[in-house]
Amino acid sequence: MKRRDFLAATAAGATAIGALAAPQLAAAQGSRVLRFVPQANLSSMDAVAGTQYVVRNAALMVWDTLYGVNSQLEPQPQMCEGHQVSDDFKTWTFKLRPGLTFHDGGKVTTRDVLASLKRWMVRDTMGQVITARLDALEALDDQSFRFRLNKPFTKMLFALGKNNAPVALIMPERIAATDPFKLISDYVGSGPMKFNKAEWVPGSKAIFEKFAEYPVRSEAGDWLSGGKRMMFDRIEWQILPDAATATAALQNGEIDWWEQPIPDVVPLLKRNANINVDISDPLGNIGSLRMNHLHPPFNDVRVRRAVMMALNQQDYMQAVVGDDAKLWKLLPSFFTPGTPVYTEEGGDILKGPRRYEEARKLLAEAGYKGEKIILCVATDVAITKAEGDVTADMLAKIGMNVDYQALDWGTVGARRAKKDPPGQGGWHIFHTWHAGADCINPAPYTALDAGGDKAWFGWPNSPEVQARIGDWYAAADLEAEKKAIVAINKASFDYVTYGPTGFFLQYQAWRKNISGVVKAPFPVFWGVQKT
Amino acid sequence: MLTYAAKRVAATIPVMAIVAFLVFSLLYIAPGDPAAIIAGDQATPADVDRIRESLGLDRPFVVRFAEWVWRVLNGDLGQSIFTNLSVTHMIGQRIQPTVSLMVLTLILTICVAVPMGVAAAAKQGTWIDRLVMMVSVSGFSVPVFVVGYLMAYVFALQLDLFPVQGYTPIANGIGPWLSNLVLPVVTLSAAFVALIARVTRATMLEVLSQDYVRTARAKGVSQRPVLFVHALKNAAVPVITVIGLGVASLIGGAVVTESVFAIPGVGRLIVDAILRRDYPVIQGCVLMFSFLYVLVNLGVDLLYTVFDPRIRY
Repeated sequence: MKRRDFLAATAAGATAIGALAAPQLAAAQGSRVLRFVPQANLSSMDAVAGTQYVVRNAALMVWDTLYGVNSQLEPQPQMCEGHQVSDDFKTWTFKLRPGLTFHDGGKVTTRDVLASLKRWMVRDTMGQVITARLDALEALDDQSFRFRLNKPFTKMLFALGKNNAPVALIMPERIAATDPFKLISDYVGSGPMKFNKAEWVPGSKAIFEKFAEYPVRSEAGDWLSGGKRMMFDRIEWQILPDAATATAALQNGEIDWWEQPIPDVVPLLKRNANINVDISDPLGNIGSLRMNHLHPPFNDVRVRRAVMMALNQQDYMQAVVGDDAKLWKLLPSFFTPGTPVYTEEGGDILKGPRRYEEARKLLAEAGYKGEKIILCVATDVAITKAEGDVTADMLAKIGMNVDYQALDWGTVGARRAKKDPPGQGGWHIFHTWHAGADCINPAPYTALDAGGDKAWFGWPNSPEVQARIGDWYAAADLEAEKKAIVAINKASFDYVTYGPTGFFLQYQAWRKNISGVVKAPFPVFWGVQKT
Repeated sequence: MLTYAAKRVAATIPVMAIVAFLVFSLLYIAPGDPAAIIAGDQATPADVDRIRESLGLDRPFVVRFAEWVWRVLNGDLGQSIFTNLSVTHMIGQRIQPTVSLMVLTLILTICVAVPMGVAAAAKQGTWIDRLVMMVSVSGFSVPVFVVGYLMAYVFALQLDLFPVQGYTPIANGIGPWLSNLVLPVVTLSAAFVALIARVTRATMLEVLSQDYVRTARAKGVSQRPVLFVHALKNAAVPVITVIGLGVASLIGGAVVTESVFAIPGVGRLIVDAILRRDYPVIQGCVLMFSFLYVLVNLGVDLLYTVFDPRIRY
């Protein structure tokens, strides 16, 4: 090849490469499109039948709620114009605000509301509490409906407006008629964004389009309350399971907002002048060491207490979030720090230097003789893998014989439901974490329940804890609630319902041309803009 | 040959039946529970049980298998447990990116690896041979995801020539389509080029030592026709065999490449389905890949007759 031919060919090649790159630059325009990377794959859209956070986050755009909590965790009217409650808190009457329509053009009526609430009440803990006290849930007309209860229920507005899944989402009657244990397949809501099912590629992308007829409330948007004003015509959720790819895509401007970057890449993102990094959810998460209360040795409270004596939250938190001290704190409590009812009373067992020798003695006293402890660790989830590693080390320190079983989350999810003895397919310990938003009080907090067979995995059984939770439900004001929460915390530590492994926060990251991103337990899309 | 092809196509039926039974059985005994995943972490055990019941996952193996086989025989691969979308629709959404990735990888591999192997054999023992071998060893040794990250870092982040991730359908234009595929294809080709180049070199060395090649050279035939007309055609059969076998490893590599470059292909679909225990999707994808693999092998067998007239079916 002649030198001139070579240069010509090289130039042509470079031009061709430039032409290939050009569409990418063009696609990056469009300030009316937000490209968002969620925490996980969006594999379904039913936040009533399922409690996955990612599903809840998507559903909150598509379906609206009667009430909605604000950043102070106070429920505010959303689809409702307002309510009336009787002095004895037994009769609650609500009125819908005018102009509410579904994405298919249908008017929102009380028929839709009642059907939606009935489906939700089957699945939700607070819904079940309402059902247990319910005399009637009835429509007064197309716009008004009423709960008639046989016992006072002071927390109705929180129940209807909470962000914890299952969320009381209002769907058209035909969709709400679906069995509460089956996933819906019709995604028509009345929220500020419509779900574009035709463009949905599960595992890759989910598209939401602005619902032009959405009647935005006049108040400022604040979490689930106020004006849900959408500044985008289209929100594209891009599923990027690989953190390195998501990091590169954010740096390259191919995505605008990443809900949950892993701690390892945060320093790199912070160094980038075009990227903002901040805490995503001020309510954070509580790590959990869950023991099986049905079988020895953890059916003995002394063994559970021995574990708590050795449990070093600092070890757990550093393993989970690394060296960034802003991301974690010690948590001698079962409740979310920074919330109105938070207490540390009763949490002494987690405070101070760890007492390994005492723990060993207590184990001996309880008759533990080196039986195998089956520790099920979901190694495909960074948080549970880190927690599991620390637990294996901690149990070894107090002389327990650990059988570390490395599994994937799908397997742990199925295994933990087995009540069989650990040697016959059951388990002794698994790890998870609870969103702080779910631990603000006992209502959404399934992991705190100690109702035996009906309790969450591990099946803790403590009448004392249950009685104190009952006190909270009966509490009429904040002071009474605080008192009940202190009692619950003490009883739960005394019984060791589970082992809190610490409180940790996570980051979110977004390009600097995006404004209006707020800290919340879920991504708040209303009010976010792109320049 | 037509009879042979028809027989081979017919033989795929028992193969597919065995694959179907094995896949269904393995998934049945494998740990994991889609109901628990649908229910989410906060759900109670009773909720998980009810969801499992509503999905029909509590029914006996035989009933579920018979139902699934009946549906498949009627051309229905079922519905995803999670999305309620039909498996056929989900595979249809994903097939173009995967086929694009695999076809372009095959083309690039053959265009690069065969000349490399021929050159290495023709210049055995020289720096060209050593260079080809070095490239081959590197291609084999470096994992696909490392190559992928390096490519993305250099050509997307540093030079800003290509996007880091994603896929643009071919209907949106050849340019955008290729733009998204350049890095994944080069990444996926790396190991495959190494394999084919080595096999081509070894086979060519054997062929070049044959009497008829010596005769051709003695008759004054120049180097290029000797290599590409006389030798390469006879060396093609083992190379085609390896290319055919390599399609299977290409499918495995595509899973990783699709994850690294966030390409919405069938590879990622099957990985996601396995992680969620979305049984109908796993079964549908495995059946499809098995069928594809059987077809590729049939194609390879038929190609033998093109390159070696002595082979008759």
